[in-house]
Amino acid sequence: MKLPMLAAGLLALVLGSAAQAEEKPVLTVYTYDSFASKWGPGPEVKTAFEKTCGCTLKFVTAGDGAALLSRIRLEGKRTKADVVIGLDTSLTAAAHKTGLFAAHASLPKLDMPVKWTDPTFVPFDWGWFAFVYDKTKVKNVPHSFEELAKSNLKVVIEDPRSSTPGLGLLLWVKKVYGDKAGAMWKSLAHNIVTVTPGWDQAYGMFLKGEADMVLSYTTSPAYHINVEHDDSKGAALFDKGNYMEVEVAGKIAGTKHPKLANAFMHFITTEAFQKLIPTTNWMYPVIKLSTPLPKGFDEYRPKISLLYPSAEVPKIKDKALAEWRDALSQ
Amino acid sequence: MARRAQPVGRYAGGATALGLVALTLGTLGAVAWRAGSAGGLTGGLGPADWAALRFTLLQAGLSAALSVALAVPVARALARRWFFGRRALIALMGAPFILPVIVAVLGLLAVFGRGGILNAGLAALGLAPLSIYGLHGVILGNVFFNLPLAVRLILQGWLSIPAERFRLAAALGFAPAEIARQIERPMLREIVPGAALAIFLICLTSFAIALTLGGGPRATTIELAIYQAFRFDFDLGHAATLAALQFAISGAAMLLALRLTLPQASAAGLDRPVERWDAASPWLRAQDAVLTTLAALFLLTPLALIVTQGLPTLLTLPGIVWTSALNSLVVALASAGLATAAALALALAITGPRPALYEAAGMLPLATSPLVLGTGLFLILNPVVDPSRLALAVTALSNAAVALPFGLRALVPALREVEASHGRLADALGMQGLARLRLLILPRLRRPLGFSMGLAAALSMGDLGVVTLFAPPEGGTLPLQLYRLMGAYRMNDAAGAALLLLILSFALFWIFDRGGRADAEA
Repeated sequence: MKLPMLAAGLLALVLGSAAQAEEKPVLTVYTYDSFASKWGPGPEVKTAFEKTCGCTLKFVTAGDGAALLSRIRLEGKRTKADVVIGLDTSLTAAAHKTGLFAAHASLPKLDMPVKWTDPTFVPFDWGWFAFVYDKTKVKNVPHSFEELAKSNLKVVIEDPRSSTPGLGLLLWVKKVYGDKAGAMWKSLAHNIVTVTPGWDQAYGMFLKGEADMVLSYTTSPAYHINVEHDDSKGAALFDKGNYMEVEVAGKIAGTKHPKLANAFMHFITTEAFQKLIPTTNWMYPVIKLSTPLPKGFDEYRPKISLLYPSAEVPKIKDKALAEWRDALSQ
Repeated sequence: MARRAQPVGRYAGGATALGLVALTLGTLGAVAWRAGSAGGLTGGLGPADWAALRFTLLQAGLSAALSVALAVPVARALARRWFFGRRALIALMGAPFILPVIVAVLGLLAVFGRGGILNAGLAALGLAPLSIYGLHGVILGNVFFNLPLAVRLILQGWLSIPAERFRLAAALGFAPAEIARQIERPMLREIVPGAALAIFLICLTSFAIALTLGGGPRATTIELAIYQAFRFDFDLGHAATLAALQFAISGAAMLLALRLTLPQASAAGLDRPVERWDAASPWLRAQDAVLTTLAALFLLTPLALIVTQGLPTLLTLPGIVWTSALNSLVVALASAGLATAAALALALAITGPRPALYEAAGMLPLATSPLVLGTGLFLILNPVVDPSRLALAVTALSNAAVALPFGLRALVPALREVEASHGRLADALGMQGLARLRLLILPRLRRPLGFSMGLAAALSMGDLGVVTLFAPPEGGTLPLQLYRLMGAYRMNDAAGAALLLLILSFALFWIFDRGGRADAEA
């Protein structure tokens, strides 16, 4: 009984997409899973773009940004992607090295704390990493890694080997402390309850009360304020700055639909796309919107934004990882 | 035991074994081949890899030993006691094994974590809090996961001992110690090494429990090192080397387990209900009651908390969660059918000549890194067909492969028993091939077959498996949807989805397994 069902399902899929293919050209956009999920910007991006492009937009997903890049590398020149959206600045150097991506066209005026000079990748959102805490429990919010290390606050962090925020924290500590990063990790060791494989476990554990703080984003409190009407979460801003994540998109040079791909790359930095970002991806838009940002976005803006030029990331991340591992393995 | 040639079993078993080799070693080969063509195999293992290897062996070895050591008395207690709700308890105690890792970890933390009920209780008594994080936490997590499997496999062993032997033992006036030596220990020598091996291999290829409960990078397993090679370094050669190392360790563990296994020389039984005259002493009764209660508390409290946390959002889950649940059900049923048919074919081959080869093939999926399997399949399929079109079919196939070894562990001892008890009579009647399968084997394997179907379906329900590499964004499976909810901050809905997953997995397991059919009277 189940085999015919499965076969029928597969057949319907094949026939369905064949029928679509005859009508309109299909623009294939690779992205990470949560971008295309029901709760991400994907569905509305698709609707908005299809209104004007005379095409069908098809998302193909990989687990997260790093998995997305792995997938592109596995496929190489044979990739079916026309556009890739969802890499970030810790990955763009490696992505650039594949030689698969084409230069972008001129960009509109961007609204970001850093100057954007990358000739290949177009930013589509950005944010700062931060330790998020429960205001009712944490009274003395630390303003630096030193203060955190001196406190008895317990934090959950993510593993840089398997998670994007984890890698962000690794680069953050390295950026601030340079050669002394290993020593800083040693003094933070007693604060770290545990290291999780991904953001979801860490955040889930924080909400269950396993830790006082969790490594997340400055915009995390905004989710709780706007969706759950819960003002109890805050994000710690550090005096020496918070590390940034900039998420980017790139056009595949060998695309069979260069016009559509260009149109989509242009669409990314327009208001129609950008206005979806704050309440789906919970990140900052890259242009100034005509409407104000949701509550909570202006409350937690660090004064100093830290970010390695993406070309430097591959050179330092192995050493930074070794320091992290040695310091926390004792 | 049985040396009779069974063509049906041999051909199907051979095909299954080949398929498993292709799916496991073949996918590893694809990754290694791709690494070779993309700039050479950078084979060497660094100090961090050796540290990961040491930790992996330590946690997997301790977890397997402890799970089995605890499972023996618990299974014995369940095997020789009849009480109200015993069937339900046996089935419920199997539930942790079929939970997705992330759900199980959050359930465990609700009990043993910093904010868990255990520490709340200690604080109320004015005692210092206990920390779950560290090697002991990893072992606790692994035992929570695998004790149910060990209990079930060993319990099957106990229930497959013919009632006549206990009857005879009683007639001869055997004390419990003599029963243990003459009847129970030979059964354990047949079952325990395989159960311990299965648990060792599960712990060998896992990383989420070790990392989360281990408290930091010192709890790095080889599987996490493979993960790092893939996504942090994109060093496929290194990933392939590490995966090969995993296979080598698994091979060594299998050889050891095979050496320790003693197939028992069994006599025939008439399938009468088991009666245990030996276990009537009040002391033994109390001992069994305490053991059963403790095991049930340990396994069921985290489950109860998952239920209470998920209830508020269960009925208001968004529609897409229900659609993906339907996808998962279809995949689970397909994968259960596939896994059980393959396990039966392999089990028939194992009771024939040259069993070691088939045994090894049947264990291969457990030694496989899920990430390498998924990537290898992707590399093989991608040039031929759009992988997202095959997402559900590939998921069903790989889930079936992953579940097969467990079904095999339940089927092989039962099949040996059948052949030992009835094989000669069947031979004398000239009952061969399909007739033997239909008239003799299948009816007597109902219990392990049901167990195998139920377990495979439930495991498939909860497994994220390779679907992330193949999934189209809309469909997806229930575990994938659960991760999507968590990734979108929707932890309350995720708790509801976790409960839905638990209910569906458990219902599948229950329906096929029918409460374990543990009551010999039934």
